[in-house]
Amino acid sequence: MASAQGTGRSRWVWVGIYAAVMALLPIIYSSNYYIKVLVALGINTIIVLGLNLLMGYAGQVSIGHAAFYGIGAYALAIMTTKYGLPAWLGIAAAIIVGGLVAYWIAKPSLRLKGHYLAMATLGFAEIVHVLFLELKDMTGGTDGLYGVPAPSIAGFAFDTPQKLYILVWLVTVVSLVLALNIAHSRVGRALRAVHGSEIAAAAMGVDTAKYKIQVFVLSAILASVGGSLYVSMVGYVSPESFTLGVSITLVAMVVFGGMGNVWGAIIGASTLTILQEYLKGYQDYNMVIFGAILMLAMVFMPRGLIGAGSEIISSVRRRFADIPETAGEENAAS
Amino acid sequence: MQFDQLLQFIVSGITSGSIYALIALGFTLIYNSTQVINFAQGEFVMLGGLSAVSLHSVLDLPLPAAFLLAVGIVTIVGILFERVAIHPLRNSSIITLIIVTVGASILLKNIAMILWGRDSLTLPAFSGDKPVEILGAYITPQTLWVIGLTTIAVLLLQVFYKRTIVGKAMKACSINQNAAKLMGINTSRIVLLSFAMSAAFGAMAGVLITPISMISYSAGGFLGLKGFAGAVLGGLGNPIGAVVGGVLLGVLESLSIGFISSGYKDAVAFLILLLVLFFKPSGILGSRVKEKV
Repeated sequence: MASAQGTGRSRWVWVGIYAAVMALLPIIYSSNYYIKVLVALGINTIIVLGLNLLMGYAGQVSIGHAAFYGIGAYALAIMTTKYGLPAWLGIAAAIIVGGLVAYWIAKPSLRLKGHYLAMATLGFAEIVHVLFLELKDMTGGTDGLYGVPAPSIAGFAFDTPQKLYILVWLVTVVSLVLALNIAHSRVGRALRAVHGSEIAAAAMGVDTAKYKIQVFVLSAILASVGGSLYVSMVGYVSPESFTLGVSITLVAMVVFGGMGNVWGAIIGASTLTILQEYLKGYQDYNMVIFGAILMLAMVFMPRGLIGAGSEIISSVRRRFADIPETAGEENAAS
Repeated sequence: MQFDQLLQFIVSGITSGSIYALIALGFTLIYNSTQVINFAQGEFVMLGGLSAVSLHSVLDLPLPAAFLLAVGIVTIVGILFERVAIHPLRNSSIITLIIVTVGASILLKNIAMILWGRDSLTLPAFSGDKPVEILGAYITPQTLWVIGLTTIAVLLLQVFYKRTIVGKAMKACSINQNAAKLMGINTSRIVLLSFAMSAAFGAMAGVLITPISMISYSAGGFLGLKGFAGAVLGGLGNPIGAVVGGVLLGVLESLSIGFISSGYKDAVAFLILLLVLFFKPSGILGSRVKEKV
């Protein structure tokens, strides 16, 4: 695990490489269409980085993160279109409201375990979805809200996909650094302990409730930020963007990339976003293919792309290293 | 609200609740043998309903034959699903298996869209549409079919668990899989059987609901969600809990349509579900979640 995540300095080399690649891509693929795909990719990465900390490190499954994604989007849309406030205040509102709601729901929910927690987050998201539909004065009901302005900082407006991408790129890289720092800190180790055995962690003096709530709130804030970036790009918001299907896709991205690995989140969010976009060309068959790929990927790579990748690397290493045949076979069988 | 109106809402709640109960039982069966939440459960319901429509209207089979054949077809789908995607992963983590069921759900839903199109399809009611008046509430014969057949299915399941050797083996697996294995129970067979039964229960729910609310390729998601909520509300893993949870959820929904508004019915149902979980973290009839140290 340590080698796949990078240790010490090599970790920051990988961050540099990632940031550089993500900065170069829009120069190579510069049409508006590609930039929009890259923006979507960045937004999904931000959300999945947070969800991966919650699921992969703390072991708490949420099937309700579309709610926070939606809360962020609506917070920005309502602040700008209903109250005429500047967009950056809307983004601040997204962070505050998303974080407060998450804290408020996390306190009772995180006492629940396993599938009961998953159900609670799912139920919460369904309630939020109904509120998006029914609080028509605030949210515009099924029609949603239109004419959300692009955010601007000190007179610089992020009003084209290219300019908005700069903002998304920045937030993505910051989120990545944040996730890596948390994963490799005292908090990250505490979260892993909670994942392994909550009782054992508590016995070792880890304040399990506090850490679980903190990481839940953090993941919700990242989802809210993602939502506010999403609405900045498309300019409108409606309830159908925040359904159960979206929550499930986010969870699938975490598992597809490789749970409990920050780079797994990056890979999972990137590959599934690109795959979904690419498959749109197949029209009616697109979701059939997507479902089949998701199933097959899990059957052949139960530990996600990162897991499969590190297995290949270690088997190659074994082949070239001076290890007796039998030891290699034993490893391969386990 | 008048008494007859209240009764009307309760009856329609029990009807949809019976459907949720059948779906919840499907979740419970698979959960008990694998600890997995099967996100494709709703697709079994949808496939049951749509298959019955085709068998009846295209192949001209009489309704009872279409019903049984549809259940049979979906059972085979459930068996294939288990063999192709679940069995090879029996040693993987539960979340991996859950994502497999998510993939299966997307796959089945969209195959159904290609086969049956996007329109809602319907079946004729099993024995006419003439409502019966009971205490001022009007009850359609289909409602009685739904409640009656669900009751029979639940009773048969209890007999299966208590009186048959396979049923007892299945129960043993749900309590402690390793101990069951040591007693010579073929747990792999039990998992397969649980998928087959779960698919059959789902398909049955689908055929029963189609004459009342029609069915389309996309109906599985919401029906599965209600079934899952019912299973958790009653206490995951407890078949009686699944039935109680499912019916209770249906009645809550129906009453919130009557007392509040139809737009908020899902919100009210889920709010009560959350409150129940906050006060009783393992559902109404669930045993306390034990954690091994």
